[in-house]
Amino acid sequence: MSFSLILEMFPIALMFAAPLVMAALGGLFSERSGVVNIALEGIMMVGAFAGASVTVVLEPLTPLAPWIGLLAGVVAGMLFSLLHAFASINLKADQVISGTALNILAGGMTVYLCQILFHQQRTRAFSSGLRKITVPLLEKIPVIGPILFKEIYPTFYVAMALVMLTWFVVFKTPFGLRLRSCGEHPQAAASMGINVYAIRYAGVIISGALAGLAGATMVLTQDIQYTVTSVHGAGFIALASLVFGKWSPWGVLGAGLFFGFAQILAYYAKDITFLAALPQEMFYILPYVLTIIALMVFAGKTVGPKAAGEIYDQGKR
Amino acid sequence: MAAKTEKAAKGRKVLIPLVAVALGFLLGSIVVLLTGKNPLLMFNAIIQGLTGINIATGGFNPRHIGELVIQAMPIILTGLCVGFAFRTGLFNIGAEGQLMMGSLAATAVALTVKAPTFVHVPLILVAGMGAGALWGAIPGYLKSRFNVHEVVVTIMLNYTALHFNNWTILNVFTSVDRVKTAEFPTTALLKDPWLADLTNGSRLNWGFVPVILAVIAFWFILEKTTFGYGLRAVGFNKDGAKYAGMKVDRNVVLSMVIAGAFAGLAGAIITTGTFSFGRTLSSAEGYGFDGIAVALVGMTQAPGILLAGLLFGVLKSAGPLMQSAGIPREIGGIIQASIVMFVAMKLGIERILDLAKGKRAAKAALAATADGVGEVGV
Repeated sequence: MSFSLILEMFPIALMFAAPLVMAALGGLFSERSGVVNIALEGIMMVGAFAGASVTVVLEPLTPLAPWIGLLAGVVAGMLFSLLHAFASINLKADQVISGTALNILAGGMTVYLCQILFHQQRTRAFSSGLRKITVPLLEKIPVIGPILFKEIYPTFYVAMALVMLTWFVVFKTPFGLRLRSCGEHPQAAASMGINVYAIRYAGVIISGALAGLAGATMVLTQDIQYTVTSVHGAGFIALASLVFGKWSPWGVLGAGLFFGFAQILAYYAKDITFLAALPQEMFYILPYVLTIIALMVFAGKTVGPKAAGEIYDQGKR
Repeated sequence: MAAKTEKAAKGRKVLIPLVAVALGFLLGSIVVLLTGKNPLLMFNAIIQGLTGINIATGGFNPRHIGELVIQAMPIILTGLCVGFAFRTGLFNIGAEGQLMMGSLAATAVALTVKAPTFVHVPLILVAGMGAGALWGAIPGYLKSRFNVHEVVVTIMLNYTALHFNNWTILNVFTSVDRVKTAEFPTTALLKDPWLADLTNGSRLNWGFVPVILAVIAFWFILEKTTFGYGLRAVGFNKDGAKYAGMKVDRNVVLSMVIAGAFAGLAGAIITTGTFSFGRTLSSAEGYGFDGIAVALVGMTQAPGILLAGLLFGVLKSAGPLMQSAGIPREIGGIIQASIVMFVAMKLGIERILDLAKGKRAAKAALAATADGVGEVGV
């Protein structure tokens, strides 16, 4: 494997990793607050649809269109996740069922809206999504420069910043402490005067914002338009990253990067001598199988939020 | 009085999915209206999909009924799959992957075994069930051995199955066009020109026979056998079942095995009934999620799952009819998702039902507390 090949692979791997990390961080906020969110996939689809549509419409008017598209993805994700929050927090719905409903709804709703807005099964194609950037000065650093700062989508830096921000918010602020307490033992949290409903709402809506951003990022960096297969399971790989990263921001970053590379290896394996013999599909399978193995290894240890998935019942002790 | 409340509770249990279905269609109609289309055209398409009769023109075409059955068969089976696991307290999101493995095994037997139809077809169906069962056994085993949550494992196994299927179709069965395998021999197929003629050229095939048998088997195993009683006991209260001396771990695995077999059967029926070759898949086809919807709306009961499967089947089969009436067919998916959401929000529906009962209920409740003071807490 030559160095130039690694240089070539890095930016693409980072392009794949960025939305995985963002969505997994979203899952982190939700699950840390005690609400399981298997709807990451569906929220990403809605975010991707909103991002692509807004970009297409605003493109002739402003060069900032893709950035406004990202913002639209965030807003759409937040609104869509409200459904999950309302069902699972106020109406005590089973969180996995509610998440399933969102995943089904996302596919139907986005394509329906495409047909209404664009009279086809997909959005119109945008002429350019986000543009790659090269960071001046930093690109001159040997080794790191060319792989991290040259011709990279800016959304990768957004994802990196979000990892740090998430770490700070979840582990260094009073809000983070409350968030985690609601995910570990909501009744105990409530006894300390914490409003479990409000905190869980915040957790789910933040997860919607991040997953929406992830979806918009994905479509604006990897696609030319939104179709029903634009997200093709990335939300579930994000979920895998969350589990594999042990519900911690740094773990999520590591897992996201690793899975990003796994996707890329599928395309590049044929050029790499010792990997060429392996089937392409093996690299696609990697994230899923590793996650199952990780779950077996973690078995019996407390890694995830204890009360995630549990319906909050004030009367329970 | 206890018997009366029990009856009322049972009535309400049936009422919730019915209200959810009604609300789902209401929401769907509102969406259609808001986007400037006529919801009546949607209902006309649905009725046409269900009965073959076009109310607007008075025409009748049995092909629509055949297509309804084609759409309903796999999701009734994945509904049975999800429902069966549910009854043992397991959430099986893996019906999709179990179905793909069943479909792959069916492809293998269809292409490699040479036998007359009456041997070949049952062999294919059994192979499909076996592969699905095996794929279901994995999360079951991991749950009972390592206490790993089945939801995450089954999601991961869906995608593992997808890529494994593609690899096998491409490399083992050497797909020429990278999309499908060679055609199956006719001895492997569930298709029958007689059934197609009967329904004016629909894709209807003999797959409905094993589907009906599966519905009966589901009901029989869970309601009429000691084994099924044990499974349900685990679903009601795992610790209680263990205390009563039941083999909880074994039941968890067996429940997933049987659930997987239902989904595997669906895969075999799709592959040799609807199609006549093995296929590579670019993404999941949604049978697993449909199964969750069917199981929930069918209240995880055999007759309910059958009806719910037909309901969601017609939403799919009426898709082309809606499309030609100018309504995007995805409205079916929106209605389906809303129904699932409303079933999940059953607490909200209960509140609405309470409100609907209004003063009458309030009065009755008052009377009940008045003469039932001694019963509080029972």
